[in-house]
Amino acid sequence: MTSLTLQAAVEFIWLEADLLDSHDYAAWLALWAPTGHYIIPTEREAEDYAAVLNVVYDDQAMREARVKRLQSGLAMSAAPSARTVRTVSRFRVIDDTAELLTIRCAQHIVEYKYDRTRMLAADVVFWLMPGPSGIALARKVVTLINADDALHGIGYLL
Amino acid sequence: MDQQSRYADLAREDRVHTSLYTDAAIFDAEMDRIFGNTWVWVAHDSEIPTPNSFKMSHVGLQPVIVTRDKDSQLHVLLNRCRHRAASVCEQRRGRANLFVCRYHGWSYDMTGRLRAVPYAAGYGTDLEKADYPLVSLRVETYAGLVFATLREDIQPLAEYLGPARAWIDLFMKQGAGFGIKVAGEHRFRFPGNWKIQLENTTDAYHFPIVHRSFLTSLDEETEGQFDVLGQGGWIEDLGNGHSVMVMIPDLVDLEANLDAPIPERFQDLASELAKTHAPQEVRRIVRAVGGTGFNINLFPNVACSMAFFRVLRPISVNETEIAHMALGMQGGPEAANQARLRLHEHFQGPMGFGSPDDAEGWERVQRGAAAGTDLWIMLNRGMAQTSNTGDVSAETGMRAAYRMWRRMMAQ
Repeated sequence: MTSLTLQAAVEFIWLEADLLDSHDYAAWLALWAPTGHYIIPTEREAEDYAAVLNVVYDDQAMREARVKRLQSGLAMSAAPSARTVRTVSRFRVIDDTAELLTIRCAQHIVEYKYDRTRMLAADVVFWLMPGPSGIALARKVVTLINADDALHGIGYLL
Repeated sequence: MDQQSRYADLAREDRVHTSLYTDAAIFDAEMDRIFGNTWVWVAHDSEIPTPNSFKMSHVGLQPVIVTRDKDSQLHVLLNRCRHRAASVCEQRRGRANLFVCRYHGWSYDMTGRLRAVPYAAGYGTDLEKADYPLVSLRVETYAGLVFATLREDIQPLAEYLGPARAWIDLFMKQGAGFGIKVAGEHRFRFPGNWKIQLENTTDAYHFPIVHRSFLTSLDEETEGQFDVLGQGGWIEDLGNGHSVMVMIPDLVDLEANLDAPIPERFQDLASELAKTHAPQEVRRIVRAVGGTGFNINLFPNVACSMAFFRVLRPISVNETEIAHMALGMQGGPEAANQARLRLHEHFQGPMGFGSPDDAEGWERVQRGAAAGTDLWIMLNRGMAQTSNTGDVSAETGMRAAYRMWRRMMAQ
């Protein structure tokens, strides 16, 4: 078991959500373990994400490149990006080993741009790794309720 | 002016009228006169790989099922029970020997034949099962691309594709001798007319502008390779609305220049492959991993675009669905196929470094087209060129597509 309490884990996940809604991407990048992967699959049942096509399959270098792109002002889908407000809840501890606390939760993002409000719902699984300087994000998998259906251009992070 | 002449007048050689993006009556006519009258792409071979496999698709607005029967024959069937119209398949892809209508239990085999009707006695002699198969479309394939048409009397697919076939053959070389398979797809919708996307596949002009944030995410060598306007590329009108846009001439023939140095970004992959493959084979695979340097735009709904298939599906006058299908080498090395997936994710899809910006641009076109309803969309870039082989940013491919549009809408 890790030393993490559910309360500490949930506060970390809420912090992450708030950083993304407020586009504080530098702080968001700092939450990650260098070996962590940020994953948004295209199939609900995917398991070996590296072997299949994803919407996002980011290691550290790709996360940094993605943030750079979103902040560059050169990407018309992100300049400006849609406004987002997200809620994360329904937290449940799935696994707790010596190094990793695995939490599954529900995420609702409401997005607004061009007179249009849209919702993206997802199951999210976090791998949280406690360390000397706090919690590090070892993996985040965002499985959209409609992962295998047509989406739209998304100029922010889920 | 009669309707046909009006359509001809709206799509001129150097411009098309804004109403082509905004007029619902024109959209309805397109579904009938274009999508109902020509070869429409519905699948790639590898998506229905075995006997009794199927996938759902569309011909224009009409939902179809593409099946491979137990004898490996392909069929394209309207997804509609002959009894009371309920869809008989709502699973995107899979394997089955029967489609059973869930409403009254009529069942059809993979060829579309009506096999059984529950409580058939209620019909007495009024129902001859042989008269009520799923409606079957004409199907033909080229190089694994599966097309269907509602017309029995139009020219064969090979003839329709014409000179595009040689380019399709070149495109398929990225199978590196293993053959091509669809390795997953990104699908997304944008609120805009389908022809905005059709044009975009043959629009090199936007690339350095819209995709600057993609370009700046690349290493220097790769960024140089994606300088699509600066490498002596060109556009060719291939007839019947088809065209090819060559952005990176060095990547036209993936089996040529195999002795060229391996790019820096593929060095790790090359080392990995070298453990199990001969040096020449490594070079062939690595060169294929990056895809080709050209887009083939096949009128009206599919493109073989550098390293993937781009499929468009019109939904309404101002809504379009796009599939970007990632490709892999059938039975090829896993490391090479994973490298292809990561490259695809980098640019394509709802959160790629390229597609969302394209989608935003197309939406802006549709929003802007609400203004100046008497204005025209310009297509005259590069018209002064006397041959097909001038500047790659010429709008030659768009003019080719609209020439076909005019022919089909005004006939």
